[in-house]
Amino acid sequence: MTLLPLYYGLLALLVIGVAWWTLVARETMAAVIGFIAYGMLLGLVWAGIASVDVALTEAAIGGGVTGVLLLRAAARLRPTEPAPHEKPGLVFRVLVGIFCAIVTIGLAVVVLFPTDPAPSLAIAAAEHLPALELGNPVTAVLIAYRALDTMLEKVVLLLALIGVWSLGPDRNWGGLPGRAPAVVTDSALTFLAKLLPPIGIVFGVYLLWTSADNPGGAFQGGTVLAAMWILAMMAGLRAPPAIGSRALRLLLLSGTITFIVVGFAGFLIAGGFLSYPAAFPKALILLIEIPMTLTIAVTLGLLVSGPAERDKTS
Amino acid sequence: MNAATLFGLCGAVLVGLGLYGIIVHHEPIRKILAFNLLGGGVFVLFGIIARRGAAAGFGGDPVPQALVITGIVVAFSASAVAVTLVMRLFEVNEAARREARSGHSAEDAG
Amino acid sequence: MTLLLDAFTIVAVSAGTFFFVAGTVGLLRFPDTLSRLHALTKADNLGVGLIVLGLLPQATSLGMGIRLIGVWLLVQLAGATVSQLLARAAARRNGART
Repeated sequence: MTLLPLYYGLLALLVIGVAWWTLVARETMAAVIGFIAYGMLLGLVWAGIASVDVALTEAAIGGGVTGVLLLRAAARLRPTEPAPHEKPGLVFRVLVGIFCAIVTIGLAVVVLFPTDPAPSLAIAAAEHLPALELGNPVTAVLIAYRALDTMLEKVVLLLALIGVWSLGPDRNWGGLPGRAPAVVTDSALTFLAKLLPPIGIVFGVYLLWTSADNPGGAFQGGTVLAAMWILAMMAGLRAPPAIGSRALRLLLLSGTITFIVVGFAGFLIAGGFLSYPAAFPKALILLIEIPMTLTIAVTLGLLVSGPAERDKTS
Repeated sequence: MNAATLFGLCGAVLVGLGLYGIIVHHEPIRKILAFNLLGGGVFVLFGIIARRGAAAGFGGDPVPQALVITGIVVAFSASAVAVTLVMRLFEVNEAARREARSGHSAEDAG
Repeated sequence: MTLLLDAFTIVAVSAGTFFFVAGTVGLLRFPDTLSRLHALTKADNLGVGLIVLGLLPQATSLGMGIRLIGVWLLVQLAGATVSQLLARAAARRNGART
């Protein structure tokens, strides 16, 4: 007899409760804070089904970084938040509610009565594990088995950043992202921003390093590094870089470029795009993962910072 | 009922809630929030449904896990673009409104 | 010996959970930001401390124990800073209002 089912039941109810609260909260700010809690709880859900890699990503990106992004937007739009205006009519809401309930029931049926046998690529992915010297199958899938997906995802991040930058006013192109931080320096925030980054940077690098055999990886490590950078920028200890800076752009591209170079080298060494040679794959994978982590960290930090809104000089 | 089925049902409810929020809310930022709620539910569902393939001695099928990790990052990128778009739209509208107002007052004066 | 340690863990973690619940009740029931923060920070600090203390005897290795203490320190740091920031924001808001 264990209490675990009780814990899972309470967790599921809590997730749904927080999600509901996020929807009905009157202030956007409160809703965003609810959303951050939701992200953390979803992380626990993922940990509950033995997917610790996903749990780390969900908590860090789904809850943390998305939370900061939305908090910033909510804070900026708050002064203009319209008074709780007319909601859509009751009939409309009931109809939408019925529609959403039908969707939920349909999905529940899929969960309760799954097809048999379950399709799976796990065996195909596991085949390559010994050759890769990787103990963590998720890292192996990300870096080797589905390397193309991971590479294209870097491209998606880059495209998103270009999209964000393009939305800034023309006159500021190449300038600093975001508004100037408030002049009032908050000693508590400064203290945290000075104390936490050394710990966070070590932890981020550790997450990358340990991902070969344990949960962790380039995304999780990169997100922790990005969080430290964002914290330093928020406290005004570090100015964000000018988006026109050449060094910055090189850093942004380094992850994708390394991936592409290694990919094409695969033609020469192992006879296919993104194929790895049998020897030294682990060193090779680290070679890909280190620039990838840096690129993820910088891109996430800049995505949160927003488009250029001031000149380089300001 | 085991934990996976329970969380699968939880994911189904989250999808329904998120969908409701996207349709019913007026403010774009709330719609983005609801979209992310929906996304979280979809990822859980996806993980649970694909997880039954847990084979080859793993606690969970690594392929859907890797895809969900990729998906979370892509969802964040999309949210970042959407949030920036909303803020820019808002600023442009504000500027236009201010201009219209000052234009009117100038006409009145003249 | 293990029985004693297990008993210690159960008592400490239960006490920690009790303080967490008390803090959460305070968060939900108290009327304004500052007293809510008061309930939350005091009770939760005690709760986290007791839970970590209770889990320490269960650590299988020295590294695990150090990690637990690290988690405790980080939670303390984050909690203290965030409550400071929240309290200041609340004070600013009140000052602006009156």
